[in-house]
Amino acid sequence: MNTHKTSRNRTQREWLGMLAPCFLLLLLFNYIPMLGNIIAFKDFRLDLGILASPWNGLENFRQLFSGADFMAAVKNTIVISVLRLGIGFWAPIILALLLNEIRIKWFKRTIQTVTYLPYFFSWVILGGIFLMVFSLRGPANMIVSLFGVDPITFLTNDRWFLALLIGSAIWQGVGYGAVIYLAALSGIPVQLYEAAAVDGAGHWQQMLKITLPCLVPTMIVLFILSLGQIMSAGFDQVYNLYNPMVYDVADIIDTYVLRRLQTMDFGLATAAGLFKSVIGLTLVVGTNMIVRRMSNGERGVW
Amino acid sequence: MKQSTGEKIFQWGNVLLLTLLGLITLYPFIYVLSLSLSTAAEAQRSGLHLYPQEVSLTAYKMVLNNPNILIGYLNSIFRTVTGTLGTLVFTCLCAYPLSRPGMRWRRTLTFIVLFTLIFNGGLVPMYLQIRNLGLLNNRLVYILPSMVAAFNVIVLKNFFEEIPNSLAEAARIDGASEWRILFQIYVPLAKPALATISLWTAVVHWNQWFDAMIYITDDKKQVLQNFLQRIVVENSTDMIAKGLVNPDIMQFTPETIKAATVIITILPMIIAYPFIQKYFVKGIMIGGVKE
Repeated sequence: MNTHKTSRNRTQREWLGMLAPCFLLLLLFNYIPMLGNIIAFKDFRLDLGILASPWNGLENFRQLFSGADFMAAVKNTIVISVLRLGIGFWAPIILALLLNEIRIKWFKRTIQTVTYLPYFFSWVILGGIFLMVFSLRGPANMIVSLFGVDPITFLTNDRWFLALLIGSAIWQGVGYGAVIYLAALSGIPVQLYEAAAVDGAGHWQQMLKITLPCLVPTMIVLFILSLGQIMSAGFDQVYNLYNPMVYDVADIIDTYVLRRLQTMDFGLATAAGLFKSVIGLTLVVGTNMIVRRMSNGERGVW
Repeated sequence: MKQSTGEKIFQWGNVLLLTLLGLITLYPFIYVLSLSLSTAAEAQRSGLHLYPQEVSLTAYKMVLNNPNILIGYLNSIFRTVTGTLGTLVFTCLCAYPLSRPGMRWRRTLTFIVLFTLIFNGGLVPMYLQIRNLGLLNNRLVYILPSMVAAFNVIVLKNFFEEIPNSLAEAARIDGASEWRILFQIYVPLAKPALATISLWTAVVHWNQWFDAMIYITDDKKQVLQNFLQRIVVENSTDMIAKGLVNPDIMQFTPETIKAATVIITILPMIIAYPFIQKYFVKGIMIGGVKE
């Protein structure tokens, strides 16, 4: 009995020994920075450090929200995100449904592999490529000139730049998203379709009444998760594509924070970052709660 | 099954549409590849540049002569290899105890890991912490912060939970330590999950540039992506001024240099892609099915 107990204690000790280095890293690189957010409520001075710097209440936030540049960044972030989500959310669903209809296996696999490819490259690479393709003398404008239209300033015109952001985001993510939906599609029992066919349901009706409803749980999870990204608006992409000519539409919260960090306005930058995280967290948790309530606890991310 | 005319038209239209989508996806890559292999004169010609009419390797020679590219390559390889190994070991160490039914405070500890998925410190507190730890301009900054990633831990924890606990019990009765049980029984059985995690981590490391931009100012420690970024955004007059491009000789243009740098950066990924891709689709299934 006694040996049993000591061996169980040993097991617990060994488990804790494994966890210890992991939790040390979590403490250093996740939890201490989380607590570091108190800088948002301080008049932070580098020489004093986080703890010794004097509190200044909501002064950073007051300054933030009275500054025109931050409010513009918030607006731009929301515009870009809403466009991305509103248009981009449907693209992978449509691609998955189209791929699902293909009977030729190798063709389906090839298209899947190809459309998935851009997801593997950083926006440094993709941005570099897009800057070349959409430059004034690039191939995109060559195609435009075939229609007798003057060259388009894709990269420096506000509206065209927004279109380019949305389009390239879809271009990059559609294949990856489709794979997730295809996984969900492959989980639909064949019997459902067979039964529907017996009942005389056509192809179109099967898709509306079986396929789409079966995708809804996946759609809900992905939708809630992408709500968490609304305040980010794809920093990597924006940063690698934008230029001073389009700051009016492309300066987002994250680029604002980065700029404030570079000018050593630590308090303002932290306040902006915290504002962003809290909104993102609230959106995800809130939507998840609503979805759970509406579906009697059956749907949602957790 | 007999197909109606309508269905046939739909099938053909669908194939056509998807082919077009495939071409749109591939075209930018083909364009850059073709441009990187073009002579200066051809690169300046307007057109789709589907293939170089006259092949020239001058741009590649120029890029490879740039010492930063080699430095960037070595640093990128370093962070990818050590970062992936570190992530693998630490993910195992974190996931195994959390997957044990008898682990004390299991739910609380799992929550502490999971919480990092939904809330983080943000840029400035993270920067100050890295600075306080003395990790600015230190290559460890590439590896340590991302070693315990909640998503990886959850995927592997779920995988470990599927393995019958009786295996561990039997080994424990034979006197094996938990470390042996983990590394000699559980790790070999979890190979599919570990393969997915390591490939995913490797791609993320190869592509990562933001941390290097923020925390590393010493060019000797800079990664390839950031050198590429500088070359891409650098405008042509700057390149000429720095002597990177010589307009008198004109065997290459800023565009061909940029294109060649892009190709050199994505080369390892292109080579690995067919192999990696298979695992990723599986990995998404593992992550997706378990939720």
